[in-house]
Amino acid sequence: MNGTMNLLIGLAMGLSLVALASSRLPSVIRAAAFQGMILGTLPLLLEETFHGLVVAVAIGTILVKGFIIPNLLRRALRAANIDREVEPLLGFVPSLLLGAAATIGAAALASELPLRPEHARSLLVPGAFATVVCGFILLIARTKAISQVCGYLILENGIYLFGLLLINTTPLLVEAGILLDLTVAVFVIGIIVDRIQREFDTLDTRKLNSLRE
Amino acid sequence: MKEIFLIAIPLLAAGAAFAWPGERTRPWLLPAAGGLHAMLALWLLVNPPVLAADAWFGFDPLARAVLPMVSLLFFVCSIYGVAYLQIRPERKNRIFVTALLVMLGLLSLALQAQNLGLLWVAAEATTLVTVPLLHFNGTARAFEASWKYLLIGGTGIALSLLGSFCLGYASLHSGGNGNLNFTALVAQGASLTRPWLITAWVLLLAGYGTKMGLAPMHTWKPDAYGEAPGMVGALLAGGTTTMAFVAILRVKQVVDAAGAGAMTERTLLAFGLFSMLVAALFLLGTPDFKRMLAYSSVEHMGILAVGAALGGAGIWAALFHVWTNGLTKGALFLSAGNIRRAAGAQTDDKVAGMAWRSPASARIFVVGILAVTAFPPFGVFFSELKIILATFQTNNTFAATAFLGCLLFAFFGMTRLVFAIVDGRPRAAARKTNERFPELPGIIVPPLLFLALSLWLGLATPSLLREAWTAAARLLIPTP
Repeated sequence: MNGTMNLLIGLAMGLSLVALASSRLPSVIRAAAFQGMILGTLPLLLEETFHGLVVAVAIGTILVKGFIIPNLLRRALRAANIDREVEPLLGFVPSLLLGAAATIGAAALASELPLRPEHARSLLVPGAFATVVCGFILLIARTKAISQVCGYLILENGIYLFGLLLINTTPLLVEAGILLDLTVAVFVIGIIVDRIQREFDTLDTRKLNSLRE
Repeated sequence: MKEIFLIAIPLLAAGAAFAWPGERTRPWLLPAAGGLHAMLALWLLVNPPVLAADAWFGFDPLARAVLPMVSLLFFVCSIYGVAYLQIRPERKNRIFVTALLVMLGLLSLALQAQNLGLLWVAAEATTLVTVPLLHFNGTARAFEASWKYLLIGGTGIALSLLGSFCLGYASLHSGGNGNLNFTALVAQGASLTRPWLITAWVLLLAGYGTKMGLAPMHTWKPDAYGEAPGMVGALLAGGTTTMAFVAILRVKQVVDAAGAGAMTERTLLAFGLFSMLVAALFLLGTPDFKRMLAYSSVEHMGILAVGAALGGAGIWAALFHVWTNGLTKGALFLSAGNIRRAAGAQTDDKVAGMAWRSPASARIFVVGILAVTAFPPFGVFFSELKIILATFQTNNTFAATAFLGCLLFAFFGMTRLVFAIVDGRPRAAARKTNERFPELPGIIVPPLLFLALSLWLGLATPSLLREAWTAAARLLIPTP
């Protein structure tokens, strides 16, 4: 059980590095979507007994993170007629190296934090921190609005991964809250991206600079 | 169970507003719901209900100490809103009115939340519902402001969720049963696992600090306040930030109970003084009078954080300051909105002589600026005085000196800009917009009401409120 989970979490951590390294927006979206789907299956592995609600949460997560949001992003991509991140603020190789360093740092940090015996051998905590940091790097190191949204998605994935530590004890309300808010958040971001595109004819957030001192 | 109506009334009104067919009559739902909400909130202030143990939300001493202010702020803003939306018939108001009412409901929920998870859900939903309010004007600048608000605010709120999880894990690791109610977390006290507790505090302070607008996470604020309609700015500066401050206070209560009070006070003091410094420096330079209000808000959030770092007396003063700052900011944002419309611009190179173009709003704006920069006998003077007294009580002369220095520079910066736009020869370009925007009573009376409330809080702070703040301070810092 733990072995399969760690394999999947390791895969998810790898996918955030893939997202950091790729210059084409469709592959960034694909990496975020795959990561979301992998995370969606984890609650099923975590539970010994199949609880109806947990299955519903897993299916919901896979649908939202794996299909609905990536489709919205692809629609925004087509509307904007771009597919490459041409001028990142931080190059692809440096951001990949930074991401790898962050992953090592997250593993080191996680080994410092005390864990419950049932979580001691799992990659949940280092995986969560590494994913959050990689998402954050993507968020601040890219200029295209869609890359930034993908960064935000990966950041949210990391938080979701951390939330799995609490899935047995806290009521599923926290769980449902995340899903709901995540959906709406990206949905709204998607609408705004659409509007920005119509107003500015570009998705380059560096052009969003009329408000300054 | 009357406190549930504080949440239900605005949400039901929001549903009604969404379904309401008439564009011209819809805005009246704002004062109708706002009035009912304010009456109920004041009634609960006088007759505080008993908080059920293990309730997910309730009108506890802390909610009692701040929620009536948010409710009053909304009510007066909603009177302004009716007139404002009638002057602007060209913009559809269905989404705007609905979102405003949902925001009031969610703020009431967040201020009353007794559970870490519920608090977060309400805070996140408030962030989302603010977006349509910010891009009400539909201009390119409004889109830019909403994009930045959503990206920065969204990241902040994501960090606070991670922090909430860490706090939840701290409780779980030390043998908790997954109950994330604040009373349960406080009861766990010193047994909470220290490394997780510290991680949680850092993330939650960064997350809710972003919503509150503490420097250096304040960068969304000038853009959002600069582009939003005046009444939305007032509600953000007095309502949403209050919610984030209350969230930080509730988390601080848990971390303090675990014996890390020295750390929370040091970090809050550092963030508070840094925010005041950053705000003072930007206030000296900004040419835009609506963005100026945003920096003033950053400054006052810093003041709240400093107050919260100074023990029981400081928290009492900070809660007092929540009232005085929120209501005074109401007068400033509404009058600044009027001046902005009358002038057709908001920077000092395009706006001058507003004392002639929009005499009533300009006068309210000047008096409001004096009130917010702590001129006696306005409320802000007394609440800031209490905070300074608290710094002396805790023998923190450095904080007192830095505090007073920042206030002085903020005063220079704000008066510089205000007199530049109020005095001088009016610009010709303003004549056209001015004729389209006469100063009707509907947009003048609400800011005057705010000034009157600010004056009343200063001259005759009601003993009822003093008692409510004392109860809240005692809840947060139990006297040994």
